[in-house]
Amino acid sequence: MASVTGVSVADELPGPDGRGPLSGDNAGTGRLGDKAFAAAAKGSGALVIGLVTLVGVFLLWQAIPAIADDKVNFLTSREWSVSDSDNLRFGIVELLWTTVAASTIAMLIAVPVGVAVALFITQYSPRWLSRPAASIIDLLAAVPSIVYGLWGLKTFTPWFDPFQIWLSDHLGWIPLFSRTGTSGTILLIGVVLSIMILPIVTALSREVFAQTPVTHMEGALALGATKWEMIRTAVLPFGRPGVISAAMLALGRALGETIAVTIIVSTLPQGSKWTWSLLNGGETFASRIANNAGEFDSPAKTGAFIAAGLVLFVLTFIVNAIARIVIERRKAFTE
Amino acid sequence: MAKRIDVSDLNVYYGAFKAVEGVTMTVEPRSVTAFIGPSGCGKSTFLRTLNRMHEVIPGGRVEGKVMLDDQDLYASNVDPVAVRRTVGMVFQRPNPFPTMSIYDNVAAGLRLNGVKGKKKLDEVVEKSLNGANLWNEVKDRLSKPGAGLSGGQQQRLCIARAIAVEPQVLLMDEPCSALDPISTLAIEDLISELKSKYTIVIVTHNMQQAARVSDQTAFFNLAATGKPGKLVEVDHTQKIFNNPGVKATEDYISGRFG
Repeated sequence: MASVTGVSVADELPGPDGRGPLSGDNAGTGRLGDKAFAAAAKGSGALVIGLVTLVGVFLLWQAIPAIADDKVNFLTSREWSVSDSDNLRFGIVELLWTTVAASTIAMLIAVPVGVAVALFITQYSPRWLSRPAASIIDLLAAVPSIVYGLWGLKTFTPWFDPFQIWLSDHLGWIPLFSRTGTSGTILLIGVVLSIMILPIVTALSREVFAQTPVTHMEGALALGATKWEMIRTAVLPFGRPGVISAAMLALGRALGETIAVTIIVSTLPQGSKWTWSLLNGGETFASRIANNAGEFDSPAKTGAFIAAGLVLFVLTFIVNAIARIVIERRKAFTE
Repeated sequence: MAKRIDVSDLNVYYGAFKAVEGVTMTVEPRSVTAFIGPSGCGKSTFLRTLNRMHEVIPGGRVEGKVMLDDQDLYASNVDPVAVRRTVGMVFQRPNPFPTMSIYDNVAAGLRLNGVKGKKKLDEVVEKSLNGANLWNEVKDRLSKPGAGLSGGQQQRLCIARAIAVEPQVLLMDEPCSALDPISTLAIEDLISELKSKYTIVIVTHNMQQAARVSDQTAFFNLAATGKPGKLVEVDHTQKIFNNPGVKATEDYISGRFG
């Protein structure tokens, strides 16, 4: 997982061995408190790594036999029939498409809006407003996902439907917006997800923007930068790693969000025609697993769903790795 | 290019607090003026009113007049952003933009002004770095981060960044206080060179520095803690250091200060 802010401490120069001055064992005094804290810190670190490894091992261990028994290609098939243990036929391509498409829509909305809100709170709003505004955004994170699900289904869907119809009427010639007649669409869950991840993007971006050194901001202003130019020259570049981390954390939530998606999205009947339309229903990895949680009665069948979970795990992992690489590549320029 | 600064009856406030009171002085074009005085006497605050940087702090405002040749900096139709493009500033701690390369740091001001052509940018970057006596040290690593330079080089990079936009006046707020003696000497030499093109105002805590680099010296002081800072005396540097007109100035310069 990427560090939450991704900001490195500027004043801590590395020693001759390239490590920070107070890292490693040289700073320990050998007293009891020192030793106990070192052990607790190391233990917690090991625990997290151990847990992630165990989750990975569990997923692989359960999924591999099922994938081996799969009669169709696991990665490219659209079929999903697992009731007959001797004739397992399941593939994830449709789940992958729905999950990635909905999460991408959510990111396209939530990241710009979240960054804009964070900039408003840290740079533009009067002081008396910034605290309440930040708290209200944080409150969005405290709303349980089941509530988003119910709200999305009962309130938002009827309100959003005319827009979807308008979209397919006017832009239907683009495959992404062709008409399918469903209302619990990928686009709709993308929008609901964006509201759910907005507070994550906002809260973390706000933290890093607020840490922008005053000297950098004054440096820009003294060159004759307007407020927006100052933000572009000093605040945004400084906050960039933090915003990327925030976006990845948010993406992780969007990819894995289960109950709201399960409630809202219209599942497609088996064998329905493939379409690229975002105005189509579908199932994400998480909602497929949740929808079928009652049927985990044989190891083979369960294995099929766990294989789907494994793909989700790997997907999240890849996303985080990419974010890490993007941040590391510019590291020389962040200190 | 360089312009004269005329300040008359200037009061500076932060909210209800009066930080500086009743400053009247003139800064000649193509000269160096040093501000000296004890900490908290308002010399940095006053310096910032010369390019309206004090307005960055909430509640910062002035009464009185600051004229740059015949342009009133505080006239209602004057944009503070435009003022800062005319009156550049160098800060106490070197503050190159950490996410930018050496080249981009120098080009930053030009890009803000909408200069785009690579040829023009290359030209100005080289000229400015030369002007800041830094070109020879960095010409082979222009794409490396500016924050990777030494403190003294960073400060000269900041000076290059400030002069790249060809300001009329250059303000320096204790530019050497975070630097070692050798880097300080390099900056002082640079100030003497820049004097031929710019009007320079420098705040310093270093009396020898004021004596070395400036043509005119202004001594600021506080009447008492919590009272606004005041301009005690301004005169030729020679005069201030050899034969000051006010007793407090002499006490401060000779180190007999309370």
